[in-house]
Amino acid sequence: MASIIRSKSVLSVFFINLFLSLVSSAVAVSSGSGDGFSISGRVKLPGMSLKAFGSPGGKASNVKVVLNGGEHVTFLRPDGYFSFQNMSAGTHLIEVAAIGYFFSPVRVDVSARHPGKVQAALTETRRGLNELVLEQLREEQYYEIREPFSIMSLVKSPMGLMMGFMLVVVFLMPKLMENMDPEEMRRAQEEMRSQGVPSLANLIPGAGRS
Amino acid sequence: MAIRFIILTLLFLSSCTIPSLSLYEDQVGLMDWHQQYIGKVKHAVFHTQKTGRKRVVVSTEENVIASLDLRHGEIFWRHVLGINDVVDGIDIALGKYVITLSSDGSTLRAWNLPDGQMVWESFLRGSKHSKPLLLVPTNLKVDKDSLILVSSKGCLHAVSSIDGEILWTRDFAAESVEVQQVIQLDESDQIYVVGYAGSSQFHAYQINAMNGELLNHETAAFSGGFVGDVALVSSDTLVTLDTTRSILVTVSFKNRKIAFQETHLSNLGEDSSGMVEILPSSLTGMFTVKINNYKLFIRLTSEDKLEVVHKVDHETVVSDALVFSEGKEAFAVVEHGGSKVDITVKPGQDWNNNLVQESIEMDHQRGLVHKVFINNYLRTDRSHGFRALIVMEDHSLLLVQQGKIVWNREDALASIIDVTTSELPVEKEGVSVAKVEHSLFEWLKGHMLKLKGTLMLASPEDVAAIQAIRLKSSEKSKMTRDHNGFRKLLIVLTKARKIFALHSGDGRVVWSLLLHKSEACDSPTELNLYQWQTPHHHAMDENPSVLVVGRCGVSSKAPAILSFVDTYTGKELNSFDLVHSAVQVMPLPFTDSTEQRLHLLVDDDRRIHLYPKTSEAISIFQQEFSNIYWYSVEADNGIIKGHAVKSKCAGEVLDDFCFETRVLWSIIFPMESEKIIAAVSRKQNEVVHTQAKVTSEQDVMYKYISKNLLFVATVAPKASGHIGSADPDEAWLVVYLIDTITGRILHRMTHHGAQGPVHAVLSENWVVYHYFNLRAHRYEMSVTEIYDQSRAENKDVLKLVLGKHNLTAPVSSYSRPEITTKSQTYFFTHSVKAVAVTSTAKGITSKQLLIGTIGDQVLALDKRFLDPRRSINPTQAEKEEGIIPLADSLPIIPQSYVTHSLKVEGLRGILTVPAKLESTTLVFAYGVDLFYTRLAPSRTYDSLTEDFSYALLLLTIVALVAAIFVTWVLSEKKELREKWR
Repeated sequence: MASIIRSKSVLSVFFINLFLSLVSSAVAVSSGSGDGFSISGRVKLPGMSLKAFGSPGGKASNVKVVLNGGEHVTFLRPDGYFSFQNMSAGTHLIEVAAIGYFFSPVRVDVSARHPGKVQAALTETRRGLNELVLEQLREEQYYEIREPFSIMSLVKSPMGLMMGFMLVVVFLMPKLMENMDPEEMRRAQEEMRSQGVPSLANLIPGAGRS
Repeated sequence: MAIRFIILTLLFLSSCTIPSLSLYEDQVGLMDWHQQYIGKVKHAVFHTQKTGRKRVVVSTEENVIASLDLRHGEIFWRHVLGINDVVDGIDIALGKYVITLSSDGSTLRAWNLPDGQMVWESFLRGSKHSKPLLLVPTNLKVDKDSLILVSSKGCLHAVSSIDGEILWTRDFAAESVEVQQVIQLDESDQIYVVGYAGSSQFHAYQINAMNGELLNHETAAFSGGFVGDVALVSSDTLVTLDTTRSILVTVSFKNRKIAFQETHLSNLGEDSSGMVEILPSSLTGMFTVKINNYKLFIRLTSEDKLEVVHKVDHETVVSDALVFSEGKEAFAVVEHGGSKVDITVKPGQDWNNNLVQESIEMDHQRGLVHKVFINNYLRTDRSHGFRALIVMEDHSLLLVQQGKIVWNREDALASIIDVTTSELPVEKEGVSVAKVEHSLFEWLKGHMLKLKGTLMLASPEDVAAIQAIRLKSSEKSKMTRDHNGFRKLLIVLTKARKIFALHSGDGRVVWSLLLHKSEACDSPTELNLYQWQTPHHHAMDENPSVLVVGRCGVSSKAPAILSFVDTYTGKELNSFDLVHSAVQVMPLPFTDSTEQRLHLLVDDDRRIHLYPKTSEAISIFQQEFSNIYWYSVEADNGIIKGHAVKSKCAGEVLDDFCFETRVLWSIIFPMESEKIIAAVSRKQNEVVHTQAKVTSEQDVMYKYISKNLLFVATVAPKASGHIGSADPDEAWLVVYLIDTITGRILHRMTHHGAQGPVHAVLSENWVVYHYFNLRAHRYEMSVTEIYDQSRAENKDVLKLVLGKHNLTAPVSSYSRPEITTKSQTYFFTHSVKAVAVTSTAKGITSKQLLIGTIGDQVLALDKRFLDPRRSINPTQAEKEEGIIPLADSLPIIPQSYVTHSLKVEGLRGILTVPAKLESTTLVFAYGVDLFYTRLAPSRTYDSLTEDFSYALLLLTIVALVAAIFVTWVLSEKKELREKWR
């Protein structure tokens, strides 16, 4: 529900907007005198409804809407509506600061030549908006999720790998040796002995004496 | 071979599997702390209905509206308004809405009292500036609605308190009347609006509050003219001052007639010379006048005569009148008496009677009482008791009830100006054996619990025990230095002239000190904090100290004040009122034998003064005389100048510590096309580990590392306002990198269609800056890296590795090396409030940028994302080097918010301090809230993490040993079998 108004009575327009939004059309209202334009829109948070007002679940109280990087800061009404008044014609930037949600900044063009014309687009996705209804692009999860304990994670851990390697050496290697040709094995053993490479048996005291 | 393989795999795995800088939810509070503040209270409204929790709603100088628990002083809810959205008044309407008037009377908001949800927001328009007034009358009720009257911008508005609809508006600006007071008449729906037209015409309007109908309008001229505030003494009489400020004018406008009555202050037996001021108050039949340094309570007698009731010194504070049971009125007077504060609650109009008289002991570090708000409650014996909310000079907030301070809040910490750190004392030797044994048992028990936790076998009680052990075992709140350098004192200087030392472990206040104010200087401004003495090598017995430099007055010519504060004890060691001013303070890289750092103070005549004023300091200075250079940025004139020391001051008074300077170079920016908006230099204490960077092609690039680098950003004057005020065609941003010794511009780049605000950070050989691109209508971050070309031929990697390169050859700041720069630009989603970079002890650890976003969060962004060598398709070699494929925007990974799910409301600055442990850096973010944490940008590669399971390690070792024996037995058996064969 994008609306751009040159108005004196903001609230009445706000209610008109509310009414018109039911007919689901972009509204452009301009009224006679006044200084500057106004932008009003709505922030939609998941789980936020009209009922949320007053209940602790209503997160709207923690949301700020920031114009032009801090020139104006406003807050949400219980139903998610917000408005900025007394704005100059030009291109403005609206940002929504809400913990737990990622909102794209919105570029809003306020036209001086065609009073009442408004264009809005998300700067992140370059998607144009028919109505100034801002929705989060994604939820933000600030914490790493602790993986539940599993055997795999233990196995994958460096220690687990070490153990796994040991097990392979202990149980698989002899199997491999068995499959080898006894002739070849003897030759290999002889070769090793002649080279003096310490075998596992040599390392363990008492076992090397053969 | 196998062992090597295992080690390699381990290394590989450990580099892959450890999650990047992120936190599990149960780790919150282990390394970080967060404190919430509100700032110095301006207005307070009590809400003490019988049902529900008792609360007080306050608005503060940090533009915060908050609801505090009256029992404990905790924050129920809080909203930080925009920087320009200064709160003008607050009140409670309908018993359930908090009404705030802000932005110079143009924004009226209603907040739901229990939870702080904004209910409605209304914008009030008007043509002219006038004093914003908010009035919520109690008796103007229609059905369930009640009216809110707001006088602002030359108009009087009546607003419905249910939905914020403006019911009627009356424009007084058309008659050029400036509204001074809106007065509600008792028991009727009529209001009086009084104001001046010009300085001498008095207007009184009688208006029907229900429909805005003008019932009556009277005007009268007073030849003497009016000045200053008005004090309302009854519903139809007010008192003001004439333009000479020597005559009190009583204006009565009853019975549709305006009558003036003049009373000379001298007739009241008072000396009226000096500054006379009427203080706004709401006492009936009485008002307060401030003359020089005392205050007069003046009463309006029944014969419309003025008489002085009481005379007190100017430190006495009076509260507004409080109406309690059947229209009885009371007000509180707070007087100082030595270390005590006397609170007297007096019934209205009767000065000599006291309802309550209490005397409380007050910490002299809190200074004087600045404001007092009172509230009544019913005691159990049905008599009336009073509680007082006191705002002190140090911005702290105290609730006093029955002669005791029930709670206090150190709200000066919401307005931090400057932060530095100090080491803690070294721990004394000696550890008892019993302690070790005990701790060994505890240690084992703790690890068993931890193991249970890892294996997900822990019950909720166990989890709680694990948390408690973690908090305790970290010993983070000890008052001694630790091996890793994690424990430090954060020395913060606040707007209240109060210095706090916060312990980095848990954020508690170790000591606080309200800076001494001298006779000559009662409100120093422009305070700044510098490290004065940081003993480490010799002079270990000395305590470290900090230097506070302030200015005694508003103008830059005002004399400076110095104050030295011991950071262990929090005592002011010394303070001086200087004769010269200090427009710039330069800590020099030299210290004397007691490790006092030499400082140069530049005064407004461009002379420099050396501190400390010792002969040793001067001899050190004389040796380095020709090596001292500095620069000054005159943003208003668009000039950057480089300076050097010339000679000793030639004055009538011989001053050995004063030196004349000369201008070496100056860069003048064309005023019509460029306006300086940012100037950033490198942190003086930053450490750079290596000067060379080996690229994937076995090529060496030499970083251009100079301490004398200055980054300057200028914008087109037309585009220096907010976003939306300029077209892309008339906006440009020019960035410069300037060598501050020679004044040489090393690098210049223009960004067309870009505008500020610019936030930049300069570190090592790179600068990163954030600005707004009007064409794309998005924020951008650019990085520029500078490399030294003159040493480019010195490329042999082998030589570099073997140390046979000429990097140790002396580098002169006068030399003009050939340099090349590499730049790249990326989109960044958010507006930015502050940017900082992590700093570590030796500069080996890779860097992270800490970006304070508009949502008051701090995002850690790896410097690797801001590498100008990123390309769309990096080669295999480049990938191995860690170059990330090019993307148009910088990623925002929620897990890399260092503030996780917390907000540092009103974020203003981020400080990073290296810990002794190379991998770790300490981060302190401040605004209205404080947040502190410990970061490891490349993970903690040099120490085990807190949740490292020693028990698992032990278990593995045991298992391995067992395996060795088993295999031994098996192999012996096998060998035996083989021998039998």
